[in-house]
Amino acid sequence: MPLYLAIKEVLQNKGRFFLICLIVALITTLVLFIAALAEGLAAANKEYIENLTGELIVFQENVELSFPSSRIGRSTVNEIRRVKGVADVGQVSFASGALVFEQVSPEGVIIPTTATPQPPLDVTLVGVEPGRPGEPAVLSGASLGRSRSDGVIIDANVALRRGIQLGDMITIKTTQGTSEEFYELMVVGMADKLQFQFLPSIFIPYTTWEKVRPKANNSVETDELVSNVAVVKLADPSQWRQMALRLEEQVGKIEVVDRVTAYKASPGYAAQQSTLDTQRYFTLFIGILVIGGFFQIQTLQKVAQIGMLKAIGASNTVVVISAIAQIILVNCLGVLIGGLGSYLLQLSFPVEIPVIFTGRSVGTAIISLLLIGPISGLVSLRSLLKVEPLTALGLAQ
Amino acid sequence: MTPVLQAESVAKVYGSGQASVRAVDDVSFEIRPGEFVALVGPSGSGKTTMLAMLAGLLTPTEGSILIGGERLSQMSESRRTRFRRRSIGFAFQSNNLVPYLTARENVELMLRLNNRLNRQSKERAADLLARLGLDDRMGSYPSQLSGGQQQRVAIARALIHEPNLVLADEPTASLDTERAYQVVRTFAELIHEQQRAGIIVTHDLRMCRYVDRVISMMDGHVNRIIDDRVEIDALAAFSEESFSAQ
Ligand SMILES: Nc1ncnc2c1ncn2[C@@H]1O[C@H](COP(=O)(O)OP(=O)(O)OP(=O)(O)O)[C@@H](O)[C@H]1O
Ligand SMILES: [Mg+2]
Repeated sequence: MPLYLAIKEVLQNKGRFFLICLIVALITTLVLFIAALAEGLAAANKEYIENLTGELIVFQENVELSFPSSRIGRSTVNEIRRVKGVADVGQVSFASGALVFEQVSPEGVIIPTTATPQPPLDVTLVGVEPGRPGEPAVLSGASLGRSRSDGVIIDANVALRRGIQLGDMITIKTTQGTSEEFYELMVVGMADKLQFQFLPSIFIPYTTWEKVRPKANNSVETDELVSNVAVVKLADPSQWRQMALRLEEQVGKIEVVDRVTAYKASPGYAAQQSTLDTQRYFTLFIGILVIGGFFQIQTLQKVAQIGMLKAIGASNTVVVISAIAQIILVNCLGVLIGGLGSYLLQLSFPVEIPVIFTGRSVGTAIISLLLIGPISGLVSLRSLLKVEPLTALGLAQ
Repeated sequence: MTPVLQAESVAKVYGSGQASVRAVDDVSFEIRPGEFVALVGPSGSGKTTMLAMLAGLLTPTEGSILIGGERLSQMSESRRTRFRRRSIGFAFQSNNLVPYLTARENVELMLRLNNRLNRQSKERAADLLARLGLDDRMGSYPSQLSGGQQQRVAIARALIHEPNLVLADEPTASLDTERAYQVVRTFAELIHEQQRAGIIVTHDLRMCRYVDRVISMMDGHVNRIIDDRVEIDALAAFSEESFSAQ
């Protein structure tokens, strides 16, 4: 019965309700894009860390979990390895470089390596120990352990976009002292979800990475293998809390955290996410106000009619359910239109724009969008209940 | 026959203290099945207030109202709502119909509310509308109907669920004389046929020619009850003359 009234009214006033649907759809689009952007930016920031094959990340003490500032030496790593409960540990270092699509001939002439010249691509050069935690699992090709020392793993998306295939030689340009140097490396494996601090990554065996990485001057030779961090794989991953404490206790001058803490500490991450979250919640709030306001005004306009319905014996339940059902119907329809619209719009976006429509924030955004209806419904609840059936007789008190 | 409706020394006081208004004072009457009664009186005499109390929409300050032997004041709020839905038919002066339902759906609404919508009752609704001269208007929305047509739909709605008591507050106020006569005549016929009890509030004494009894109110009191056919017809005729003399 209440649904009958709700639907009849919507059908008889299609234009008005469709406009409200459209407003919900636009709010949905806005909220979804903010959520997808939050998801995308977060992924660009943390993907590699989040998908690490080890549970704990070891930083140098007092560097505030900064990857570039931290230094972990070989001796520390050996100490970590001896701690009970540690299954494996790998050293990981980060440096920046560029993937270029040109070569320098022995005569010093720059020759493009692709048919059409392509702009260089900034990348993070990640030095990892082959076969140890830190090296990503490959989607295709081989992992670093079983291949040549100049073999590297690259991001499958980068490969796809730049037409690189397994077995291709790629050229990395880094700055050594004051000059630019070019290094030829071979793609042996591809993996995905490897972005680190907004750049795609290239994984290079440690010894090669030492040579390739940019250096202030060409001659620095250390006797010890020093990396930025160490990644620890635990025998029992569920024990990570206790293990972090034990490591800090038994090995000096280190700070041990889990993956989430590590990426949350990266510069700007928290600020960025909370800014986007604020925008999202604010937009949702506006949605509730607009939709709630609309239905409230509609209720006030219908006082005479609602009074008549109550006078002829419609209960409060019928009146309230009918109104709430309308809000929910309009809301769901709007979210559906907005969701489909966002999905189609997103398909036309270039891959460089970091929007991800599958993440958790998009899921929670949709759920919260669907709550706009019921919450807005509460706004007009009081006025619906307050309507006196006496108004039908023109005797309002 | 037991009365459908009994009002016993009913009074209604609006407000309190200095500002209080005694809108209805010491009103008693009974109505039996098949009786069609007109409640007449000047503006402000308490007719609508009385009607609202009879429908259980307003609680009397004094006295009591029994419908089908049941005391309205002893019912809970939700029980009263259910009671209105089942046992009372309503036609108001205006804002009678649900604008987004067709004439037919408006009449069927009463059946729906009572969970009594089926093929048989739908047929009855269509027959009733046809009886009121609306057979070609059943699919029209209220905005597509004239005032008189709307009032006839409202009367059909007031009768379709077979209530014991039918209440109409000035259903002819917005109609021209011919239409008003037609509406009230059909209304009276249906009340008599179906043995319901009906009360029509009206300003227009000419409408009295179709009723069985006239209850006249003045300043909240019943000042006269006319139940003699000859007297009623004389009253209607007199008021008709004074109308045409204008
Ligand atoms: N809510 C109220 N508060 C105070 N006084 C009221 C209220 N409603 C009605 N009254 C008063 O009660 C008296 C009776 O009003 P009522 O509406 O019942 O008269 P009526 O006979 O229906 O008049 P009309 O023919 O104009 O419709 C009037 O004096 C009116 O001013
Ligand atoms: Mg009145």
